[in-house]
Amino acid sequence: MSEPLVIVGNGMAAARLVDELAKTALGRYAVAVIGEEPRLAYNRVLLSSVLAGETGSHEIELRPADWWRHRGVTVRYGYRVTEIDTGRRELKIAGEESMEYSKLVLATGSTPLRLNVPGADLAGVHTFRDTRDVDLLLTLAAAKKRVVVVGGGLLGLEAAYGLAKAGAPVTLLHLMDRLMERQLDAPAADLLKTLVERKGIRILLNASTARIHGDGQVEAVELADGSRIEADAVIFAAGIKPNVALAKEAGIAVNRGVVVNDVMQTSSSDIFALGECAEHRGTCYGLVEPAYEQARVLARHLAGRPAGYQGSVVSTNLKVSGVSVFSAGDFMGGEGSESLVLSDRRRGTYKKLVIADGRLTGAVLIGDTVDALWYLELIRNRDKVAAIRTDMMFGRALVQPSKAA
Amino acid sequence: MTAIDPNLRTTKTTCPYCGVGCGVLATPDGKGGAAIAGDPDHPANFGRLCSKGSALGETVGLESRLLYPMIRCKGVLERVAWSDALDHVAHRMQHIVARDGADAVAFYLSGQLLTEDYYVANKLMKGFVGTANVDTNSRLCMSSSVAGHRRAFGADTVPGCYEDLDQADLLVFVGSNAAWCHPVLFQRMVKNRGERGARMIVIDPRRTDTASDVDLFLGLKPGTDTALFSGLFVHLADNGALDQDYIAENTSGFDDALARARNIAGSVAATALATGLSEQDVAAFFKMFRDTEKVVTLYSQGVNQSAQGTDKVNAILNCHLATGRIGKPGASPFSLTGQPNAMGGREVGGLANMLAAHMGFTPPDIDRVRRFWKAPRIATHEGLKAVQLFEAINRGEVKALWVMGTNPAVSLPDADFVREALKKLELFVVSENVLSNDTVEAGPHVLLPALAWGEKSGTVTNSERRISRQRSFLPAPGEARPDWWILSETAKRLGFGDSFNYKSAADIFREHAALSAFENDGGRDFDIGALTSLSDDAFDALKPVQWPVREGGTPGERFFAQGGFFTNDGKGRFIAPEVPTLRGETGPSRPLRLNTGRIRDQWHTMTRTGLSQRLGAHLPEPFVEIHPDDAGKYGIAHDGYARITTDYGQCILKAVVSEGQQRGALFVPIHWSAMNASHGRVGALVQSFTDPFSGQPESKATPAAIAPYEFVFRGFALSRKQLDLPQNLLWTRVTVTGGFGYLFADNADLSRWPAWLESVAGEDVAEYRDFGGGVYRAASFAGDRIETCLFVGPAHDAGDWEVVKSLFVADQVTDDQRRMLLSGKSSEGAASTGPIVCACFGVGRGTICDTITGGARTAAEIGAKLKAGTNCGSCIPELKRLIATTEVVPAKQKVASAAG
Repeated sequence: MSEPLVIVGNGMAAARLVDELAKTALGRYAVAVIGEEPRLAYNRVLLSSVLAGETGSHEIELRPADWWRHRGVTVRYGYRVTEIDTGRRELKIAGEESMEYSKLVLATGSTPLRLNVPGADLAGVHTFRDTRDVDLLLTLAAAKKRVVVVGGGLLGLEAAYGLAKAGAPVTLLHLMDRLMERQLDAPAADLLKTLVERKGIRILLNASTARIHGDGQVEAVELADGSRIEADAVIFAAGIKPNVALAKEAGIAVNRGVVVNDVMQTSSSDIFALGECAEHRGTCYGLVEPAYEQARVLARHLAGRPAGYQGSVVSTNLKVSGVSVFSAGDFMGGEGSESLVLSDRRRGTYKKLVIADGRLTGAVLIGDTVDALWYLELIRNRDKVAAIRTDMMFGRALVQPSKAA
Repeated sequence: MTAIDPNLRTTKTTCPYCGVGCGVLATPDGKGGAAIAGDPDHPANFGRLCSKGSALGETVGLESRLLYPMIRCKGVLERVAWSDALDHVAHRMQHIVARDGADAVAFYLSGQLLTEDYYVANKLMKGFVGTANVDTNSRLCMSSSVAGHRRAFGADTVPGCYEDLDQADLLVFVGSNAAWCHPVLFQRMVKNRGERGARMIVIDPRRTDTASDVDLFLGLKPGTDTALFSGLFVHLADNGALDQDYIAENTSGFDDALARARNIAGSVAATALATGLSEQDVAAFFKMFRDTEKVVTLYSQGVNQSAQGTDKVNAILNCHLATGRIGKPGASPFSLTGQPNAMGGREVGGLANMLAAHMGFTPPDIDRVRRFWKAPRIATHEGLKAVQLFEAINRGEVKALWVMGTNPAVSLPDADFVREALKKLELFVVSENVLSNDTVEAGPHVLLPALAWGEKSGTVTNSERRISRQRSFLPAPGEARPDWWILSETAKRLGFGDSFNYKSAADIFREHAALSAFENDGGRDFDIGALTSLSDDAFDALKPVQWPVREGGTPGERFFAQGGFFTNDGKGRFIAPEVPTLRGETGPSRPLRLNTGRIRDQWHTMTRTGLSQRLGAHLPEPFVEIHPDDAGKYGIAHDGYARITTDYGQCILKAVVSEGQQRGALFVPIHWSAMNASHGRVGALVQSFTDPFSGQPESKATPAAIAPYEFVFRGFALSRKQLDLPQNLLWTRVTVTGGFGYLFADNADLSRWPAWLESVAGEDVAEYRDFGGGVYRAASFAGDRIETCLFVGPAHDAGDWEVVKSLFVADQVTDDQRRMLLSGKSSEGAASTGPIVCACFGVGRGTICDTITGGARTAAEIGAKLKAGTNCGSCIPELKRLIATTEVVPAKQKVASAAG
């Protein structure tokens, strides 16, 4: 009899964990996935493409129903887990019977933050997280509603791009002096701004949202400097917070996220966490790649094999607002590092490679991200790059012509 | 080559470069350029052209041309009307002559001038102004041959003709890199070797491309040619190889000359000792010369450009006189001249020690010319020869100088001294084609725009005494005028209008021909009297003709086979040369001898060939060649930089370490000037000792020191327009297709380049910075075309100039090319085609090496595949070298070095 293993959350982390388990621990567990969203796991990264009308909503589904079925996985979507009873190893599910587990994996993801400003609760204030949000935003765009997106990070840019593409006049507000400040240096952010603006999106930097005006319904956004932006809707895309309520109530150690060790185990030995809800060595990752790495480690651990997660070299490799953007490692390049920079504004290209101690330690790429994964590999492998320094900016094909051919 | 418009007529003309004098077919393209082909009917080249001649069409543009007269007013040159400019020149000349005498004025002419221009200049000065201060850049070129000929033959006569080169069984090159400097003739001789088995011997301190594939190479010590030919003379005498009858009937001075030869090199062993050659090689040479009846000895600048150049010439002539091998089919001494009309200049008398029409300053000659010209103030004594002329200018004795068609501020020895001396002139007139060269920059008071090749019309004479027409096929641009017109107009203003009332070049030619025949009963070699009555139409249609062309006489192709010398007694003279010693002492601070010379694809100071992108591609930068042992001794690295110091000046040049160079000697090409290189004014290095007979300077043996010169950065820039590069930079400018290239080396901080680029570039800029790695690269664009690009990198890795150049020439770059542009590497991942080896077809070294790797084992096979080497053939020696060296380099290694 297989051990019952329950995964709470049916997002990308859950899907990857099932995939990994199927490879490493086939038949050992009876896997059940319980998720709130009313559909099978999909590629959340592509939501902005759906919003932009570049991808159909159904096309972003990660795996078809058959795939789950063939792996013997019970998928229960549209159900909310309300409580974990660690003593009885049981989950309470809203409006349903409880479910027992032998091993429990929390993959509950995160929730967009809503700014704590007056008017944040008005009708017309939204977030951008899941397919339901996308449907709503598409309705706004179709009606040519004036939208203010708050947040110039990845999520905000994607929302703004999607909305603009779908037809809405969009203003993007960002608190900082540059876009995506956690992933981009100033020149990269500046180029990105130019490229995004070319797509018809108005961008205001150093824009601190003071309040949202409206009588029951959003009418305008007021900034700290007193300026007003007329708006029919406001989208908050200024950060996320890990979904930790379930764990916290169950008495599991929680910091910002659910605290896990190097095998993704929480303070409760049969309970694991991964993805955006987890906090490993003080870090909560808000990206897919670490979640996938964690899934691989956790699957090996659950299969009884030695495994350990050492943390991820964070990289961002996305089409942001129709512009290829990649960022990894120490992209700012601090003391003791050297920067190689290639810029070509008309081509919409900016590339910066940071070298420290003879190794590639960071990279930022805008526009031309063909070699992003190669740079990431170099950063992760900590290879010495002296021999390829003169050519590496221009790509793997130049450095290793035989491999490219 | 440019497309030919069938409506535009093809004109037969003559190449303006070396003394071979090739016939050229020029067809204007209607856009200011012309398609160029060899004239198959011309007896000098039979349709062949060398790389320089083939590229003539690229050099006729008007971008750098001087197009109207200018006078310096308050330090600034201002455009003036012709009449004002000429009034000014005449008035100032008159004033100076009246005050200081006729010898205070001088003309400095050029082997580029047409015979008619030369004639009018010479007549004006020697007959009317009254001074023989008329010298020419031919002084630097072949005046030792002139002096040697006059000493031995009584006249400046080239006894042989080009057919001798086809008929000889032994060709001895002395101080001649004919493969590069006279490529069309050289290929003719190679053909002789291939078809008739003629053997070749090269005598030269450098193993040049001429010597790359010969039967015997004699790498003698610099300046010892006289010893070698003295030894040969003795050997011929001691081994029964003399033509006793010829000597007895036709010569004088044999015994003294032989005695002197014995004194200098009385045996094979003594010759070997004196020349630094092995006894075996010396003996081999002597035997080959002795046993071969049909021998032509070709000599060029290695002989002439020497303080003992005249003796060298006579040492050679002695051997030919002693064997009677002179003026016979396939057997003669042969001076290869360097300039298109050096011979024409000699014919009119455009040298300070000649009067006119091969007449000198003897009383009967002076009287005869005076009467012919009806000259009021004929010069009665020799004038100042080039080097002495500029010394006199420096002393303030010569106060007015008119330079025509040459660039003495670069080409004369001790060129910095010359440049300074020019500033002391009261009247400094320059007739030129170009708006800027070192001489134009030296502060002339008057600039007069002269017609250039393609526009002017007249005659030139080549190395075998063959007069050919240079014809115009392009309209006169701006207000440019023929030199003869400028001179005649000046003469009129000086009050000599009746004697200078020329309507055309034909007018002048007829007078020149008449003078040659005037009271000439066969006593003078130069006689073209039969051409005196040419109509204008006949002059226009004149076919290449070899002189003498005596009235009523039969044209003779050769001289002296049966004696008939132009000395008083009609005998050829043996001359006893001085014991050879080089002028200028080497010592601990100047341990090396600096040799100068030409490279294959450039001409003189590059004011014309420098305009051709093809010609700039072979050897784009000024360089110094050094033997590997010396390189090791003085710490010189191949492809690094070196500073050359002499007592006269300094240059910083790219170092080329080569086995072809002799130990103890350096070689630098002469072509670069302050216009196209920051530290390559080679003329400034050269000592100004001159030959006592010819006045020709010792240009090939200046004591010199070499030291490595380090640069942290190297780089290059390409631009559609000329660039003002930052200060304190070593740079060379190269013409490239569609713009200008600059190769440079720098020791200043890299950070100065982005600001500089910003100052020259537009809005659309792509940039790559790796300051830590010493790299800065940038390109600016206009639409899809590169406007300017800049590559700066560490000395060992500045990016691939050839690849970037190939993208620069394109009218548009693709997005992918733009993406890879700043990598400095080909986006196809393929190696670049490399520096151009075959300038005629633009074939690069990389392409050639690939073809060799692909199985081509002979130059002919390469030619069949790539066309390389099938036109002028001057790259064939290099092709053979590449075949020899590419063999051992596997293809794999090349990829690795390309990637690294």
